[in-house]
Amino acid sequence: MFTSNPFAGLSASIPPAAMQTYVVIMIVLVAAGTLFDIVHKGSARYFFDNWRKSKSKGVKQIGGGEWVSLAIKTGLVDVLASGEFCSAHRRVAHLLTMYGFLIYVVTTAIMVFGYPTGATATPAILPLAWWLGGLMICLGGYWFWFFIRADVAAEGNSPLRIMRADLFILSLLGSATLGLIWAYLQARGSSAANVLFGVYIIATTVLFGSVPWSKFAHMFFKPAAAFEKRVTTANGSRSNLPAPADKPERFGSDREQPRHY
Amino acid sequence: MPTFVYMTRCDGCGHCVDICPSDIMHIDTTYRRAYNIEPNMCWECYSCVKACPQNAIDVRGYADFAPLGHSVRVLREEAKATISWRLKFRDGREKNFVSPIRTTPWGSIKGPAEYDAPRPDDFASQELAHEPEALNIKGGLPALRPGQLKPGVV
Repeated sequence: MFTSNPFAGLSASIPPAAMQTYVVIMIVLVAAGTLFDIVHKGSARYFFDNWRKSKSKGVKQIGGGEWVSLAIKTGLVDVLASGEFCSAHRRVAHLLTMYGFLIYVVTTAIMVFGYPTGATATPAILPLAWWLGGLMICLGGYWFWFFIRADVAAEGNSPLRIMRADLFILSLLGSATLGLIWAYLQARGSSAANVLFGVYIIATTVLFGSVPWSKFAHMFFKPAAAFEKRVTTANGSRSNLPAPADKPERFGSDREQPRHY
Repeated sequence: MPTFVYMTRCDGCGHCVDICPSDIMHIDTTYRRAYNIEPNMCWECYSCVKACPQNAIDVRGYADFAPLGHSVRVLREEAKATISWRLKFRDGREKNFVSPIRTTPWGSIKGPAEYDAPRPDDFASQELAHEPEALNIKGGLPALRPGQLKPGVV
């Protein structure tokens, strides 16, 4: 089950061209949704206004080498290692979901475009990685949903309370969970696999089609904000924050995690 | 000066929601970022400003007495036990302050339950619990004795 390509099994009922067209439509929806989001919320205008402001307030010039170093640090620490999170639990849950999603999406695209039918044998690593990615999304996502979400952890609300902010995480979890169940049922030869495939496609379409209303686009915005934060620290404007204290350490302690409800 | 949140810096961790004594820091239902739901009810205690690990919370004066364009920002460093403040005035002047979070080591202050239970006579006393020992005043509380009063003043 873990080493067989679920999309090759599907090619008996759905032509590969249809599957490939669907993936292309989803890519277009994400690109168009993100562009719409940028224009609608004015996030790009806010970002560049802020950028100019911090540049004019800066007390230090940043050289060419330093720009590269800041970009590399942002990429390695803030993007690849989710370095901006203050809580270790949130960071681990985010890393699991982020890398799970990347593995899941990339392996889906490779299998749909490279090995859409059973005619060409799929390397076992691809379906294996697809399963692993889906399970990582579920692990990180459900952990976040039931235990880490601030509404649940800090405001004491029920984990089942749903609002618009949940659109992204719920459709992502729905897509991954239903996708894995569908692949399992299809491998078992169950007749319910078709129904599961239908709801899997609905959840996936909601995930990629709801970009203007969900927080999907944060994966593009957040790296830009993290880079800007590093630049303001380097040029001395520090977003108006005071400089770190130069006084000797005295009776300091580690940050205490809040004691929630 | 009530608080407000920079949405691009907030990561929705809930520290401010947890610490706000007025319960007005909430999580937005659309973007899952913190925001001050009712600035009029803000005690201006700055607890959320100091607690925010992302430095995403700032304060803003009411426009009728604090002209716009100023900035009050706080940096809390637990490891050093310091709070730093940077005040920027609208005309560009700047003031920087650093204060200690506390002046005694962590765990050095006894909790109320760690003291002996009060005796029945203590309730009739003018002194508060654990006084005068807890005041660290040698020789007892300072008090006016009848001989020290000037006659005829009142």
